[in-house]
Amino acid sequence: MSTSSPTQRIGEPDHEHAREPRPPDHSHESFALEVRDLWAGYPGQPPAIEAVDLRVPVGEIVGLVGPNGAGKSTLFKSILGLIEPLRGEVFAFDRPIHEARTEVAYMPQLEEVDWNFPVSVRDVVLMGSYRRMVPFRGWSRADRDAADVALEQVQLTQYASRQVGELSGGQRRRVLMARAIARDAHLLLLDEPFAGLDAAVQHDLLEILDKLAKDGRSVLIATHDLACVASCSDDAVCLNKRVIASGPPATVLTEEVLAETFDRHLLTVGPLRAAVVHDEHLDGD
Amino acid sequence: MEAALDWVVDPYRFEFMRRALMVLLIVSVVGGVVGTFVVHKGLAFSGDALAHSTLAGVAIAFVNGANVSVGALIAAVATALGIGWTQRRGRVSYDTAIGILFVAMFSLGILVISRRSSYTPDLFSFVFGNILGVTDADLLGALLLGIGTLLFVAAFRRELVIVAYDPATAATVGIPVRFFQYALLVLIAVAVVVALKAIGIVLVNAMLIVPAATASLLVRRIDRIMWLSVAFGAIASVVGLHVSFHADVATSPAIVLVACGGFALALVLTARRRSSVITEAIAMMSGVAR
Repeated sequence: MSTSSPTQRIGEPDHEHAREPRPPDHSHESFALEVRDLWAGYPGQPPAIEAVDLRVPVGEIVGLVGPNGAGKSTLFKSILGLIEPLRGEVFAFDRPIHEARTEVAYMPQLEEVDWNFPVSVRDVVLMGSYRRMVPFRGWSRADRDAADVALEQVQLTQYASRQVGELSGGQRRRVLMARAIARDAHLLLLDEPFAGLDAAVQHDLLEILDKLAKDGRSVLIATHDLACVASCSDDAVCLNKRVIASGPPATVLTEEVLAETFDRHLLTVGPLRAAVVHDEHLDGD
Repeated sequence: MEAALDWVVDPYRFEFMRRALMVLLIVSVVGGVVGTFVVHKGLAFSGDALAHSTLAGVAIAFVNGANVSVGALIAAVATALGIGWTQRRGRVSYDTAIGILFVAMFSLGILVISRRSSYTPDLFSFVFGNILGVTDADLLGALLLGIGTLLFVAAFRRELVIVAYDPATAATVGIPVRFFQYALLVLIAVAVVVALKAIGIVLVNAMLIVPAATASLLVRRIDRIMWLSVAFGAIASVVGLHVSFHADVATSPAIVLVACGGFALALVLTARRRSSVITEAIAMMSGVAR
């Protein structure tokens, strides 16, 4: 693990992705995701997240930043009901989230998935089209078309019939991203979608997310990549066990907030979107 | 030519051989389909534990004059649920927990048998398999369990595959992950019982692992692996059955050895294929090829 690379990531996402600043007042909107006072953790351990309040307005991209161990994945899992929250509530589109399953797409981290299982890239993307349990039902023509479109969007069409285990780390992330896209959901929860992707692919995926957001979809991205959050998201949420700050990136990603979020000393360079953080936490996976 | 034909046809003049063939074909189909999941979810040890656990059910049913196959089924399903439970709740590692269940159930079986002073050949036919002892009732039982297994897999193939590949996301789309994880263990238990009388406790796991492992060397998609492992299981069964008939040796080890021979052959063939790909790549890089 090196501690020198963050500078290279800074500034890669370019201006065309910078989203128009919006008024910080969200009171007029309904929320794609609303998390209220959420506490969660694992048995026998202190809570991994405490009193988390978080909102993703409809049609916006919200970046969730924090060091490894800050509870980003725990937050995602408790939002999705994969771990039982100790306290708190989660709503998607004003309904308890478990009632809105078809509206939510989730992209897990790579290690959640069994890459040796004998399924092809297209099989995995097709899984995104799964709606409900209907015995003896296969995938429909529409499901297959949606999978092919999603594969094309992440530029993996030529790998469609490969076994997923044959892909590189970056390609695997793109497969999971394609699966989330194929789900055609209104809320996307993406856990570290950009880690290990080269700048060009990251650029393309950001463009896709941007398009989805313009289309009214809402996205919550957990990431280490401050530059990405600074330039591409409407809102940023800094998490370290609890929410340190949230709001438009320009007001949230300040030196003080980032110092508190990442525990250690950090250095911000230039106007916000170029934040260089000297912290080993940032170089995860 | 005629001799070869006799070699193939001769055995089936006997009804017990026709019955043996039929039950082995059912075993091949069920073993191939369920075995594909066993191999790719790393459940080989669970399969072996389930097989051995049946001895408890077999012994208890035998001593009480009950149906021995039903006893085996109950023991196997109970152990499957126990394995599933320890998988979720266990405070010891998964394979340790399975190992403990395995020896507990097997010991219980031996203990019950040991209380009978007389020799119990019927029981030992379950341990080592007795293809010639397969009755019409056994055949019918295997057929029904086999059809049930296939219907379940066919009905829920999408769910089984999604849960196997990515249980976290499966849960987020509303698939009852826990149910399907238990269901897979119960399917293995049922597959074990289907093959138990014919193959025997000691070797039954082979019918789940070897054909599916062989198929996995040759193809890389789950549906193709299933089809191919069914075919390999059937070929090994038929060849093994004939070898055992003509050479007058025990049937189940003959079948298993033929299957293992097939695996070794596939291993060699695919190793050559892999190395030829590498050779080609090296040649291309050094500008020699084409």
